[in-house]
Amino acid sequence: MSDLSNTGVGGTESAHAGEQGHGFESFFPDSGGVDQSDASTNIDDETIAELRELAGRYPQARSALLPMLHLVQSVDGRISPRGIEVCAEILGITTAQVSGVATFYTMYKRRPAGKHHVGVCTTALCAVMGGDYLLDHVCSKLGIRPDETTPDGTFSLERIECNAACDYAPVMMVNWEFMDNMTPEKADELLDRLAADEPVASSRGATITSWREAERVLAGFPDGRADEGPTAGEASKLGLNIAAEHGWAAPTAEEAK
Amino acid sequence: MTDPLTPVLTANWGDEQAWKLASYERRGGYQGMRAALRMTPPEVISLVKDSGLRGRGGAGFPTGMKWSFVPQDNPNPKYLVVNSDESEPGTCKDMPLLLASPHTLVEGIVIASYAIGVSHAFIYCRGEVLHVIRRLQQAVREAYAAGYAGSNILGSGFDLEITVHAGAGAYICGEETALLDSLEGRRGQPRLRPPFPAVAGLYACPTVINNVESIASVPAIVKNGSEWFKQMGTEKSNGMTIYSLSGHVARPGQFEAPLGVTLRTLLELSGGIRAGHQLKFWTPGGSSTPILTDEHLDLSLDYEGMAGAGTMLGTKALQIFDETTSVVRTTLRWVEFYKHESCGKCTPCREGTWWLVQLLHRFEAGTAVDGDVDKLLDVCDNIGGKSFCALADGAVACVTSAVRHFRTEFEAGYSTPAWELFPYRESALFEVREREGAGV
Repeated sequence: MSDLSNTGVGGTESAHAGEQGHGFESFFPDSGGVDQSDASTNIDDETIAELRELAGRYPQARSALLPMLHLVQSVDGRISPRGIEVCAEILGITTAQVSGVATFYTMYKRRPAGKHHVGVCTTALCAVMGGDYLLDHVCSKLGIRPDETTPDGTFSLERIECNAACDYAPVMMVNWEFMDNMTPEKADELLDRLAADEPVASSRGATITSWREAERVLAGFPDGRADEGPTAGEASKLGLNIAAEHGWAAPTAEEAK
Repeated sequence: MTDPLTPVLTANWGDEQAWKLASYERRGGYQGMRAALRMTPPEVISLVKDSGLRGRGGAGFPTGMKWSFVPQDNPNPKYLVVNSDESEPGTCKDMPLLLASPHTLVEGIVIASYAIGVSHAFIYCRGEVLHVIRRLQQAVREAYAAGYAGSNILGSGFDLEITVHAGAGAYICGEETALLDSLEGRRGQPRLRPPFPAVAGLYACPTVINNVESIASVPAIVKNGSEWFKQMGTEKSNGMTIYSLSGHVARPGQFEAPLGVTLRTLLELSGGIRAGHQLKFWTPGGSSTPILTDEHLDLSLDYEGMAGAGTMLGTKALQIFDETTSVVRTTLRWVEFYKHESCGKCTPCREGTWWLVQLLHRFEAGTAVDGDVDKLLDVCDNIGGKSFCALADGAVACVTSAVRHFRTEFEAGYSTPAWELFPYRESALFEVREREGAGV
């Protein structure tokens, strides 16, 4: 794996390859900013045991690959080369097959994500409602562009697609928790508090933990925070409340007979 | 005549800790499951067929009929997969349902699995919704502990495993065959049909894939009967459903109403368009459903009413845009979404959405040239209907419908930038003090 990825693409090496009969030349100057020489990992026997446990939860082990990659991220802060190897070994597939999956899905990060992963929705509706300005604002505030991480490792930023919270537009996400009805002022306060390690509650979720802890839950290891937060946000209950004001309800089973 | 709003799925969303089993059962939760387990599986399928319940995830296929397509003589295990990948732009009904009342889904899963003969059900939930997944995981654990999942459910002899599975960020996995590939641990790319999933789905075994809201509607149908369900809605579009109102409205939110309600009614109930503004265009069911205008306020929001207007009910995601909004900008942003989310399998979609974005950038910047509108439509014609799945069709539907209703606005892009015609700061919901621009 590492031998292959360190060969490099483009530049002089592919020119050599050309002399040896290969006509291919890459037009990608780098591998999306991924440091292929970074082999660091925190994966230990305990991680491997948990990865095996995930593989055992499905009728066919390979179904566990997405959860396993979430767990790799929670341990290594990214999809690490070692994580890819371990997943491939456990599932009996090639590292290329694992890489093919890891590079397909946007939630998998091959570069280290920040302690807090911040998303700003700029799909059409959120963009029009102010999401474009919010993203500009957050970029200036953090001094990074989308898909970058602050030098201190506190924040990474992503321009996200529709996150199924359009009645709370414009929407931001922190570690995949909803931050509803955002404004530049609210974004400032949110980021300042996170940077200062002060507690921040999601609009419709739990107290913000970290991106890595979130990834562990997504892998299938609950963190015991399901009972935090409200049943529903105000917009979710709007129709219900209007019905109550008017005394409206669905028919009863008796009325139907 | 039923009331204008009919909360059933949303009825407990105001309850304290509605997501807990105890709270759900205080409202009569799991009574539908108990009733179903006293029936035979074919009786349950007949009941759901009789109710006229149709899929709530976009396509509107009759749910009971889908269940009956599963060959009962197939020796392989049968699977139920709940599509909880809710990612269609504008769509935001399943996530609040699962946050507030995950047991409604779990109860529906037990009933559906019993009816179809499923021994293992999966909830494939998009990954970018941490708290939804927490609540789902907990609800499934509670169901096991109460004996509503696992082996010999309530002494019926029926066994069922339920697995909550988090995706990893891919709109395409909402397409049912891509979802199956993803659940098998592969890149989420659609499969060519036939074979259909009912015959060869997950692990090539008979599989039913249903939307969250479809399955969540089943417990109430079993509990109250098919006649009860048919009391709501129109002749061919039965029952209640959740409409999601978003955008430039005074009060956005979720409304559970009988199928066939009009946008005019929903706007009147919620306070209308935001103060001082007028409706310009809207989607009936997400960005993949052709847009409508203020001429369509009185159309019946049901499967037939929307088809009659050349669009689709889709996910009932009503995205509302007022007169400050550039339709060129909005269309561009939708097409950028499809370009980003195209899985790359089919050339017309992978390359075509890329070209559409290039063209639409020119329209937005006012640098399109005479004839570009026709070129845009020509590119659309080479994408729609020419790929494996409906993503490509959705990508062109927003373009062709926007051009149909607002062609002159696109032609204005031959000379004038969209942000000059429609200053973007005026569409935002907060006061913009920062530099004017088209975003990052």
